[in-house]
Amino acid sequence: MLQFAWIILLFPLLGLLINLLFGKRLGKSFIALVASAAVFASLLTAVGMAAALLALPEADRSVTVQLWQWIHIGDFQVNFALLIDPLSVLMALVVTGVGFFIHWYAATYMLVDDKHQDLSLRLYGRFFIYLNFFILMMLTLVLANNYLQLYVGWEGVGLASYLLIGFWFYKPSAANAGKKAFIVNRIGDFGLDLAIKWRFCRFGKQAGSLAFNDIFAALKGAPDTTIAAMTGVTLLLLLAATGKSAQIPLFVWLPDAMEGPTPVSALIHAATMVTAGVYMIARSHPLFELVPTTMAIVAWIGALTALMAASIAIVQTDLKRILAYSTISQLGYMFLGVGVGAYTAGIFHLMTHAFFKALLFLTAGSVMHAMHGELNIDLMGGLRKKMPKTYWQFLAGAAALAGFPLLAGFWSKDAILYEAFLKSPLLWGVGIFTALLTAFYSFRAVYRAFHGEPRSEHAEHAHEQPGGMTAPLWFLTAGALFAGFLGLPLMFGEHANVLGNWLGPVFADLAEGQHGGESLELTLFLVSSAIALLGIFIAYARYIPEWGWAKSLQNIFSPLQNMLEHKYWVDEFYMSFIGDPLRRVGQWFYRVSDGKVIEGAVNGIGKYTVVAGAYVARLQTGLLSMYALSFFVGVALILLYFLLA
Amino acid sequence: MENLVSFPLLSSIIWLPTVGAILMLFFQSERSVKIVALTTTIISFLVSLLLLAGWVNDSSMQFQENLAWIPQLDINYHLGVDGISLFLVLLTTLFGPIVVLFSWNNVKDNLKAYLFLLLTQQTGMLGVFLSLDLVLFFIFWEFTLIPMYFLIGRWGGKNRVYAAVKFFLYTMAGSALMLVVILLLYWKQGSFDWMVLQQAPMDVRFQTWAFVAFALAFAIKIPLFPFHTWLPDAHVQAPTAGSVILAGVLLKMGTYGFLRFNLPLFPDATHLYTPLLAVLAIIGILYGALVALVQKDVKSLVAYSSIAHLGFVMLGIVSLTAQGVSGAVLQGVNHGLSTGALFLMIGMVYDRRHTRLLSEYGGLWKKVPVWSALFIIVVLASVGLPGLNGFVGEFAILVGAFQANPWWAVFATLGVIFAAWYLLTAVRGMVQGPLDEEKNGNLTDLTKREILLLAPLIILFFVIGLFPGFFFDKINPAVDALLQTVQSGTDLLF
Repeated sequence: MLQFAWIILLFPLLGLLINLLFGKRLGKSFIALVASAAVFASLLTAVGMAAALLALPEADRSVTVQLWQWIHIGDFQVNFALLIDPLSVLMALVVTGVGFFIHWYAATYMLVDDKHQDLSLRLYGRFFIYLNFFILMMLTLVLANNYLQLYVGWEGVGLASYLLIGFWFYKPSAANAGKKAFIVNRIGDFGLDLAIKWRFCRFGKQAGSLAFNDIFAALKGAPDTTIAAMTGVTLLLLLAATGKSAQIPLFVWLPDAMEGPTPVSALIHAATMVTAGVYMIARSHPLFELVPTTMAIVAWIGALTALMAASIAIVQTDLKRILAYSTISQLGYMFLGVGVGAYTAGIFHLMTHAFFKALLFLTAGSVMHAMHGELNIDLMGGLRKKMPKTYWQFLAGAAALAGFPLLAGFWSKDAILYEAFLKSPLLWGVGIFTALLTAFYSFRAVYRAFHGEPRSEHAEHAHEQPGGMTAPLWFLTAGALFAGFLGLPLMFGEHANVLGNWLGPVFADLAEGQHGGESLELTLFLVSSAIALLGIFIAYARYIPEWGWAKSLQNIFSPLQNMLEHKYWVDEFYMSFIGDPLRRVGQWFYRVSDGKVIEGAVNGIGKYTVVAGAYVARLQTGLLSMYALSFFVGVALILLYFLLA
Repeated sequence: MENLVSFPLLSSIIWLPTVGAILMLFFQSERSVKIVALTTTIISFLVSLLLLAGWVNDSSMQFQENLAWIPQLDINYHLGVDGISLFLVLLTTLFGPIVVLFSWNNVKDNLKAYLFLLLTQQTGMLGVFLSLDLVLFFIFWEFTLIPMYFLIGRWGGKNRVYAAVKFFLYTMAGSALMLVVILLLYWKQGSFDWMVLQQAPMDVRFQTWAFVAFALAFAIKIPLFPFHTWLPDAHVQAPTAGSVILAGVLLKMGTYGFLRFNLPLFPDATHLYTPLLAVLAIIGILYGALVALVQKDVKSLVAYSSIAHLGFVMLGIVSLTAQGVSGAVLQGVNHGLSTGALFLMIGMVYDRRHTRLLSEYGGLWKKVPVWSALFIIVVLASVGLPGLNGFVGEFAILVGAFQANPWWAVFATLGVIFAAWYLLTAVRGMVQGPLDEEKNGNLTDLTKREILLLAPLIILFFVIGLFPGFFFDKINPAVDALLQTVQSGTDLLF
């Protein structure tokens, strides 16, 4: 059965081809139907794949489906092939599952454009073609059985992201944001690209392939020098992951990516694509495990990114930007998880985050529509009564994000923090402080947007969105509330962690992690709960009764305010220390090196040739005997040279 | 197969365009002239496809023809094709009908002469790729200058005469020394025949000089940094068809020359010079990219991008590894397809708007969606997006370069980032943003003819990107044989 797993890729491909070729004749509802049905069919296929894997004994749950030969030159042999194992199937389920609900939502959401005019049929079709293309590429990425094919998906989703961020192509800000996203990601891809080559030259050659399983097998018993080289390879992979998953130092593109339509922010820039870096590290864990240094760097990048992004999120006033920084921050938690070797926890958070963050973005989209495009939370207020369904949905998402006890985000974040504590209490400290900030900014958004009195004309006249938009969100709401029960911690019993058991075969090669015992687990569990509730309480105190002490808390941060509002000036730093200097070098090459030096030399040669020609012309005496003499002297000299040489 | 051998297939491929060109002279009406030209180029493309039908996947010279031409001087009409030249031949014949179709309506001035030059140009280029006799090769090589000189000088832009003369003198100067060495080769080795020369051992000191003379001619043609300054002028001034031929095919004569002559004829010298050539190639990659980044004229942006892209091809060649060289052979074709397509597409808007300045465009997606969508696909092929053709060649080249010297690959891969930067800058300038230039409001989208002529190129982007096996199966054996010859050379440095 699994041999036919490639049809999961066929559906989105067909969907996009149908809409590309016939979209204009089909009309909007049919376009949306085709695109959504394609993703739904892929979802069913993914469910089928999961069932087929379950039927296999645990040790055999890794099936490779060869598709066709791709690049074969000498010992460089790469095929297109699918790797079907619990990890890739879980990713496919998340991508197609969340993807389907987002398609459903977008069918209504995208009927109007950014100025709330009717969206043209052409653009509507284009949107769904891009979305299907994204699903196709994302599935290519997660189902790849080798690094080069992963790279195809990796850049393919980057392309989809570029096209969709710049979907309102006539807006300069959107066009610039798309370009920035692509280029920053390419900087990361530089790492992936080099890492692949390096790996091939190191042991891909003996293995004869770049397939994950072959490379990991070749690692076993590899000499120490190879393992030393792995430091470089893993750091390059990490660079790639920081690009795609918007971590320090390459996170700058993601906030700008909010220029894209909201379903795109939900699907690509929250739920799926940006988690590719986490997936790739989890997939490459046999490599990373060899290099503790890189693992530590991954964990610290994750922790610091989580903290930094959360600190920016507390001062943002644009609802989507709050969510964007929140995404960066939550991805930081995932990095922290995989960095401390808690792969299952990292992937668990990836999954719960996909639900609640997609939900938050889509409800933000509903709010945005109700507010006629206004996203500033200072101008909202009182939306709870105007759009009750959206309110409850947003509240569920925000509570899950804040780590409200027993909701999805709580369990997965807690799983990461627990394992981080076992590695380093300092990492845990950063994580738990970030959790406080997270709870605060989540409920700041809830209270500012939905509670109190309307603070603008638009908020006054806001109204609930049609069923086409609210209905799919209930499914995501269910995920945000209950998905956490798939990964219950050990204290609930050996088999409570359904997700852990499912992923078990993938991470079977890892040494059994240490356990801190049930009392530690329980303590940290309670601390996390308290912190989440504290954060929510501070947000309440600050924004609802507006107590003085809560307002004065702000004074502590006021020296930082300016820095936070400018996002630590990272963008400015990159522009003035990398972007601009490179352009200046280009200008200099063009004007001086090309224009003066090389052209000068060439023209100089030309000029002296003319001058020399004038001298030589004097030799044209017209005397035949002179010519004959010089001819013979010349020939004699040449002959002499070669006879002697 | 037997029948094909006796049939002079290679001669037919070379001379058909010239026959068509002469035939064209007998027609008066513009329409019939165009039809003759188009039919001829289509036929010669179809005839060249026969090469694939009779192809054997080995390293031999296939479809050889060998006739005595000037027996007194031992000059033969010796033709042959192997995996290194096969796809360059097909690329050349494919561009034949494409440039004729492109020029269908937009050449107002003496169309017959224009098409005559295009067709004879094609003969010249095919001769270069198929000649196995050095004198014959040299004659074709020099001949290719003439039609292009007139195409630029007569139908070019404002500064056309300067550009044409520069093009002519620059490349002419480069090949002068090559002629001297060809004569010396005969004098020392007793033959002009490539097959003979390649097998005869050659004095190492002579090789070091001969290599330089050939390399100079080819480096200028490619063009390799710092011999590149003729290219932006020639590209910007040339009419679109000229730019397409120049970028699509003519530049590849340089990289082809290295593969066909420098490496196998002077294997010892090859080892001596590869580090230098690699450094020049890498400088070209980064330099070309950064200069492309600051261009205001989109055609000159693409011209500089060519310098960067051919730097990759050159790097693959001098890596002297199977992946690097096979990748370079394929990437030569890829660059021809994608840069040729870029020039065609820029030509299409140029014909409508008569400007190439990025600042004059913007927001075209609103007005000409088909053009814009295709432009983005072409740009992505050029950027080397995985799944499209450019990636396959580029990645193979860099795998080869990494094995030769990891640092080469590191610096060259930086060029991959820059490629996205400058090409997306072009997309940002042309396609995206508000449609605020009034004149762009009247732009019309692509005609069926224009879509038709772009279609084969775009289909090939995907075919090569996803199924390069068909191509590598034919390229690899020839490359392996070439590398064996080169490996027989000793490293002179150590």
